[in-house]
Amino acid sequence: MTILVIAEHTNAALAPATLNTVAAAAKIGGDIHVLVAGAACGAAAEAAGKIAGVAKVLVADNAAFAHQLPENVAPLVAELGKGYSHILAAATSNGKNILPRVAAALDVDQISEIIAVESADTFKRPIYAGNAIATVQSSAAVKVITVRATGFDPVAAEGGSAAVEAVGGAADAGKSAFVGEELAKSDRPELTAAKIVVSGGRGMQNGDNFKHLYALADKLGAAVGASRAAVDAGFVPNDMQVGQTGKIVAPQLYIAVGISGAIQHLAGMKDSKVIVAINKDEEAPIFQVADYGLVADLFEAVPELEKLV
Amino acid sequence: MKVLVAVKRVVDYNVKVRVKADNSGVDLANVKMSMNPFCEIAVEEAVRLKEKGVASEIVVVTIGPATAQEQLRTALALGADRAILVESADELNSLAVAKLLKAVVDKEQPQLVIMGKQAIDSDNNQTGQMLGALTGFGQGTFASKVEVAGDKVNVTREIDGGLQTVALNLPAIVTTDLRLNEPRYASLPNIMKAKKKPLETVTPGDLGVSTASTVKTLKVEAPATRSAGIKVKSVAELVEKLKNEAKVI
Repeated sequence: MTILVIAEHTNAALAPATLNTVAAAAKIGGDIHVLVAGAACGAAAEAAGKIAGVAKVLVADNAAFAHQLPENVAPLVAELGKGYSHILAAATSNGKNILPRVAAALDVDQISEIIAVESADTFKRPIYAGNAIATVQSSAAVKVITVRATGFDPVAAEGGSAAVEAVGGAADAGKSAFVGEELAKSDRPELTAAKIVVSGGRGMQNGDNFKHLYALADKLGAAVGASRAAVDAGFVPNDMQVGQTGKIVAPQLYIAVGISGAIQHLAGMKDSKVIVAINKDEEAPIFQVADYGLVADLFEAVPELEKLV
Repeated sequence: MKVLVAVKRVVDYNVKVRVKADNSGVDLANVKMSMNPFCEIAVEEAVRLKEKGVASEIVVVTIGPATAQEQLRTALALGADRAILVESADELNSLAVAKLLKAVVDKEQPQLVIMGKQAIDSDNNQTGQMLGALTGFGQGTFASKVEVAGDKVNVTREIDGGLQTVALNLPAIVTTDLRLNEPRYASLPNIMKAKKKPLETVTPGDLGVSTASTVKTLKVEAPATRSAGIKVKSVAELVEKLKNEAKVI
């Protein structure tokens, strides 16, 4: 059994989610190869070679892969992946974009967002916004799987010394082109990798009020998230959304501020180790999952919290 | 330009589902069913393209049981011109659904296919991308903005770090994210008119598609429950608990 892990990276660096995906591969068992498809992605490939437990790194360095366009990357992965028992990618926006296209090209079903490995062909995954956990078994020749990072503790980024091998293959399919991107710039930790997350909901009332959360987050070294209500209301950008269809987080500490706790939001954070809820409505459903609840006006409680931590 | 919109009948998003006692699945008996929220956004986007004069005809398709006609009628009331039900009583995996949609695409020859990025029941987020592979079309997934310009469509996508814009050759596939638009409600006159719009029913067999799957569900369980903790009386008490009891700060 040999498993192909598709690296999540920015060409210049490897993204942390790759380490969780390799961890899932290690649970399945067998040799682990990592594919780094990108452009001028030597640094990411070098980092991939150092991951503990990785036997080989395949590098497809081609301008057509610079922006991870699925029309170009999926045929490459499908071609390379044919000989593997499993193809794994992180369930990031990128992994979700590319991997189903790979699965269909290989004429196999995909298993999305696994949170546990039961055996080489049996996996657990959440359905219905995490209100049920399905155990699924695959009889596919190549098992194509996306991995929810919060389900697997990352393997060590250092310690391995895998051989790095250049591979060619499919290039520009001529169907799509990258136009541009607007990436949020922040000095705070990345939401899905942060040890502490402070999130705001509709109770924040406007985007300006998020400054209270930023101040608290900076004191705690935390990332800042938001509920769908806060994003839909235009308080903060979409990349901050935590929930069923946003980001899935499981930090050591999750502080929900002015968030009522819709099931779609809980789906994105209920695996956090400790949950704190601050809300002036004592009936808010968020209190049913919170380890520590504080019924208070957030505009008084958050600045006070910032002073005391 | 013809637009094909694919929709799915799912448990209503306000329903908190319960796992069946025999762990065979979730209990959907007497539960409110609706159009998947992302599919409503897909229908709305198609209707707006028609209102702008970009789309000439909107065909809505679903794969599901006979009762999924309700969701097709909803789409017709919102502005779709005609509907296709690919009737299948079995719950199908995304690949089978994508193959059925491929057969519909071959027959209808749309320039644009719009569908939700994920269904809130199976939470797979696969079908649009799979249809992309099967048709060879480009894909603009998790769309927050769609602009048709000549023989291309520019799609702004919600990605982990922010937003990305891609240009796709037509025909292409777009999967919708939450911020693409706010779906309208159907008016009563339009609901009445929708009853007269054409709705065709076909079977997977008619389309020559095998819906066999390589994945089976062994069991479905309730997640580990999280019990409510305690209410603290003050911020000072909260900080004390986080430092000394939970030891997370």
